[in-house]
Amino acid sequence: MADGVKPRVKVPKSAAAGDTITIKTLISHNMESGQRKGKDGNLIPRSIINRFTCEFNGKSVIDVTLEPAISTNPYIEFDSLVPEEGEFKFTWYDDDGSVYEDSKKIAIG
Amino acid sequence: MNFSRRETLALGLGAAAMGFMPFRVNAAVEDAIAAFTGGAEMGEGGLTLTAPEIAENGNTVPIGVDAPEAASILILASGNPTPGVAEFKFGELAGSQAASTRIRLAGTQDVVAIAKMADGSFVKTSSTVKVTIGGCGG
Repeated sequence: MADGVKPRVKVPKSAAAGDTITIKTLISHNMESGQRKGKDGNLIPRSIINRFTCEFNGKSVIDVTLEPAISTNPYIEFDSLVPEEGEFKFTWYDDDGSVYEDSKKIAIG
Repeated sequence: MNFSRRETLALGLGAAAMGFMPFRVNAAVEDAIAAFTGGAEMGEGGLTLTAPEIAENGNTVPIGVDAPEAASILILASGNPTPGVAEFKFGELAGSQAASTRIRLAGTQDVVAIAKMADGSFVKTSSTVKVTIGGCGG
């Protein structure tokens, strides 16, 4: 597991039912591309987050496949419908098998 | 062999045109596109790719895609060592078929976006980004 991986997610606290809201996510991660060389002249092996998903009450909102061309600390912004009160679940999948999760509740009102 | 003035000019123009033509086609990009579309024809329109004209730092270039009707959108960077950038698949609760992120670009190049529409057709768009400092280390 890479060090210091910390997900950050911005979701409004409440929304009207049926509204579209914008979600911003950022996770601190090196996203080592596998193209760079270290001090010893050898390639640093690739280590990135290769997949990100967002679900709301078990229904898929977005599923993103990430490649090494995504910047350090991958930032993803997207829109979601909010049909009812519930919880957003965010999942990041690391190359090394680690899974980072975060969740945010949203109220109707 | 003697050339008239007219022939010399024509030869010069031909040579200049030859010089501009190649290098635009990148086999890895074509492979990635074929893998995504299955060789289907790509139309135009209905897909917007937002990218800066000039990026000072190739390590973080903000881009956005927006394609109402799209089921998924693939982004490729034609001038990177590996052309793949990201693929967005929109689920049933997606509020709009739009997303933005930050990408790495190795140098000045075309960023290509291909959207798979809900009806199974494909559209393509691209945008040239000038990069002052490349983002691939090394």
